[in-house]
Amino acid sequence: MALIEVNDLEKTYFGEEVETRVLHGLTFDIKEGEFVTIMGPSGSGKSTLMHILGFLDRLTGGRYIFDGKNVDTFSDKELALLRGEQIGFVFQAFNLLPRTTLFENVKLPLTYIKRRGSMKDRVESVLESVGLSHRLHYYTNQISGGEQQRAAIARALVNEPSVVFADEPTGNLDSKSGAQVIEVLQKLNDAGTTIILVTHDGNLAKSAKRIIHIKDGLITTDSEVKHRRIARDGEIHISE
Amino acid sequence: MIQMFAQSVRMAITALLSNKGRSFLTMLGIIIGVSAVIIIVSIGAGAQSMILSQIEDLGTNLVGVMPGYSEEGSPPTSVMGIVITTLTYEDAMALGEKRNVPNIVEAVAYYKSVGTVTWRSESYDTNLNGVSAGYLDVEGGEIEKGRFFTEEEERTLGRVAILGSAVRDELFGPSEAIGQKVKIENQAFEVIGVMEERGVVAMQDYDDQVFVPVRTMQKLVAGVNHLGLIRAKVDSEDNINAALEDIRAVLRERHDIRDSSGAGDDFTVRSATQALEMITSITDGLRFFLAGMAALSLIVGGVGIMNIMLISVAERTREIGLRKAIGADNLHVFIQFLAEAITITVLSGALGVVGGILISYLISLGVQFAGFDWEFIVSPFSVGLALSVSLFVGLLFGMYPASKASRLDPIDALRYE
Repeated sequence: MALIEVNDLEKTYFGEEVETRVLHGLTFDIKEGEFVTIMGPSGSGKSTLMHILGFLDRLTGGRYIFDGKNVDTFSDKELALLRGEQIGFVFQAFNLLPRTTLFENVKLPLTYIKRRGSMKDRVESVLESVGLSHRLHYYTNQISGGEQQRAAIARALVNEPSVVFADEPTGNLDSKSGAQVIEVLQKLNDAGTTIILVTHDGNLAKSAKRIIHIKDGLITTDSEVKHRRIARDGEIHISE
Repeated sequence: MIQMFAQSVRMAITALLSNKGRSFLTMLGIIIGVSAVIIIVSIGAGAQSMILSQIEDLGTNLVGVMPGYSEEGSPPTSVMGIVITTLTYEDAMALGEKRNVPNIVEAVAYYKSVGTVTWRSESYDTNLNGVSAGYLDVEGGEIEKGRFFTEEEERTLGRVAILGSAVRDELFGPSEAIGQKVKIENQAFEVIGVMEERGVVAMQDYDDQVFVPVRTMQKLVAGVNHLGLIRAKVDSEDNINAALEDIRAVLRERHDIRDSSGAGDDFTVRSATQALEMITSITDGLRFFLAGMAALSLIVGGVGIMNIMLISVAERTREIGLRKAIGADNLHVFIQFLAEAITITVLSGALGVVGGILISYLISLGVQFAGFDWEFIVSPFSVGLALSVSLFVGLLFGMYPASKASRLDPIDALRYE
């Protein structure tokens, strides 16, 4: 059974006078453990799709089954809980809280959900997994952009999500820091976490195993990646 | 939920500390309001206790008879400035007789006025007190030099005067006053005594007074036949009620009043205890009214808090979007911002209480230094009132910004620049 099943998914924004159709009936599955890029130019509808898949927005047509559950019928509160328990988000702009330590930032999702075990251990272990155990009590303005994005990834992981959405995660970073972020995501995927990367950058897209191309609200291609980009030690290597 | 709230409070404190200048200005309205409540109530309580203790010093076994009828518990008609002429010197004499009111030790008739006292080229405006010869027994006070006038002098319209120490200082300076002739409202009087300095007691400056026999005052100075007040000393506090009844009976008989219910009386009889109760109730009312007004100023402070909270919601739109993305629902966000508003107001309230107590204490030190018998009183009521009003203000004015924050769409909020 697929983790994400999307059937004829449509999204239309109803303005006061005009209706804007953004997604025109998309159908695809994503299985647990996949690393998928949703790729397309700006205005293609890729961000809208990510918002719907991440329960931040609702579809207006078709069906979305997540982990066997029809989430269209969920209330806002249930969707918020689902986001808290199943989803991790990584944004282009990091969105860390200013004047707050990395530790507090990473701990934040745990305030909204119930988890067994020590919060402190959990936070420390995810920060260690992104290579930031030496920065626990630094404030966000005291570390580099790459470190901030890795902290944001740690925050996305602290609730042990089923899926991590990464929306242009390297967009604000230099190439070395970007490669480090991709490396973290790939290692995460190797360990079994489903990752959905959203980008317009063709090179970055190839760090995934599969690319879904979207244009004008329709899927144009959906294929496996040949010559996948693998990030190691701050550099991107093309695999054979 | 409680953990959420506690965390929100901690975050609010961090946020407040990270922007100290703005936080302080935001909190200032509430701090001032709360301090004002504490200070007003404290000064009120201090003044009240000072007045009451002074009245008690005069003696609680005193009773007063004032002209005109007034309701029990309300101020006598005469304090409103209405002149009522129903009380006479003869009434005072009758009350002083043992067979009429056995418990009265001494009854003193008063006619008070203000006027000019002149000695040679010096003149001074002061309080003129026409009193009976038994004045010192009832009201207290000591003669510093010379003597008080006698009953004989009172009966025969003697032109003798006793000066308060301030009047003596003003007119005579270091020269000898006893034996000198002064003019009171153009009538010549001989100074036969000077009072010991006594200060202000029960809002009355005892040193800025001239005492003359009451009948002399009535006939020669004021040209009237009535009295302003009769004050009498009762032999014991236990007999005050009996004395009050006897006084009423005597006066009703003398004034031809047949209605013994009191409704037809043209006079009012009060004991010092009743006066204490009345002053307490009036000053209490005034105190709580003023405290209420100061508490109203907290509402103004609350509007300031609401303003700053709305700015904070706008500034932190992305944060709100992020929180929603990582699992916060509307209620979580609502509680977070409400907790912040309440933290600000309660913290301000606490600072205001500390500031108010401190200032009240300094004021009490100042008043004590000025020589008054002033007690430093902070009522737990005012502290409770101030803190609960600031909590309420936080709830009230935090509600709107918090609900605005909670209703933000997460996608719009995340995109907000």
